[in-house]
Amino acid sequence: MMPVQDFVRKDFSGDKIFQDKIDNEVKIEPRDWMPDAYRKTNIRQISQHAHSEIVGMLPEGNWISRAPSLKRKAILLAKVQDEAGHGLYLYSACETLGITREETINDLHSGKAKYSSIFNYPSLTWADMGAIGWLVDGAAILNQVMLTRTSYGPYARAMVRICKEESFHQRQGFEILLVLSKGSDEQKAMCQDAINRWWWPSLMMFGPHDSESTNSEQSMKWKIKRKSNDELRQNFVDMCAEQVKVLGMKLPDEKLKWNEKRQHYDFGEINWDEFWNVVKGNGPCNKQRLDARRKAWEEGEWVREAAAAFAEKRRLKQEAA
Amino acid sequence: MNIQIRKYYYGDIPEDKTGGNIASSDAKSDWALWEVFIRSKQGLDHKHVGSLHAADAQMAIENARDVYTRRMEGVSIWVVESKYIHASNPEEAGEMFEPAVDKIYRHPTFYDLPDEVNQM
Repeated sequence: MMPVQDFVRKDFSGDKIFQDKIDNEVKIEPRDWMPDAYRKTNIRQISQHAHSEIVGMLPEGNWISRAPSLKRKAILLAKVQDEAGHGLYLYSACETLGITREETINDLHSGKAKYSSIFNYPSLTWADMGAIGWLVDGAAILNQVMLTRTSYGPYARAMVRICKEESFHQRQGFEILLVLSKGSDEQKAMCQDAINRWWWPSLMMFGPHDSESTNSEQSMKWKIKRKSNDELRQNFVDMCAEQVKVLGMKLPDEKLKWNEKRQHYDFGEINWDEFWNVVKGNGPCNKQRLDARRKAWEEGEWVREAAAAFAEKRRLKQEAA
Repeated sequence: MNIQIRKYYYGDIPEDKTGGNIASSDAKSDWALWEVFIRSKQGLDHKHVGSLHAADAQMAIENARDVYTRRMEGVSIWVVESKYIHASNPEEAGEMFEPAVDKIYRHPTFYDLPDEVNQM
């Protein structure tokens, strides 16, 4: 630990003191001095993460009314509610950096801010609820576990909370697939089909190759991010390649093969044209997702107004009393 | 096909026009910000868990219930409007906290006692 005083010595430049803190694993808190670029990077990343949680409710919300049993419906509701909660933790963390909630949400609705591209794929069958839980949440968890150690305190704390809740998401997804994998031929086919459709988009969640990086270096130096995209992706492939055996299913990659020398699975190349196309707004559901968010916001307007009016009424009553 | 590829981390897809502008706080329609404190069980302190927006205290407590205690994390909730929290200045952390650093005699481990007086 560095003594507190070293951080406030005036003969250091702000950047130097800041980097010393990071290097010494001292978390950065909202009111601490930070480089402008650090603030901006965190605002962008945390808000994108928050938007991903919120938009992430849509593909699954699609199946709440069609869940095959009351049990599955209750579970799915709880999961979607968690995602709303995760979005709220993250929006709060983001606000500590000096941006308002309203601005953040406006950026989502105007299309200025991004969210994870994975949610621009449609959820076509019930088995997709399983594949999303297993693969999409599985990929998200790897990223989020890393982020519990990110350098910005409020972000790291939100991540700790989220990770605690998230493991249920992945397990319930795998269980859905497990049940289907032991079912009728049709159910088995549905299970395999969902895996086929979600596998590659899940791998894309980790982002482009490390070799094509420009702004990753700074994020690593600031310890916003602690593992590279390719490193996390490899962890994910190694994990899933084993888990899929339990399901008796296959991952849709001819090149997937254990490499004894590397002690990792080798796997095929991602279709990067598809990746960039979806990022740029041309995925199967980009428009639908944003429209749904805007609609929810607009249709909630009267609720927000009514709540504000009611609060005001209550305040006046209290003052009068 | 000529695509310029830059690497962005998951959850971190920048757009040239995007992100980072420090907010001008003229957003009027945002509800007030509240800090939430939860007592996880009887006998323990309320602990800060995060914040949320609400129109009034009642709504803040109800929202806190939904956002922060979905898994029996609490038996009691405090909410305080964030603007009423006063904090020490990180810039003055030195003057503020340094005086305690060299007073190690305030800790029991400072005193070397014979083993016979164990449990003191």
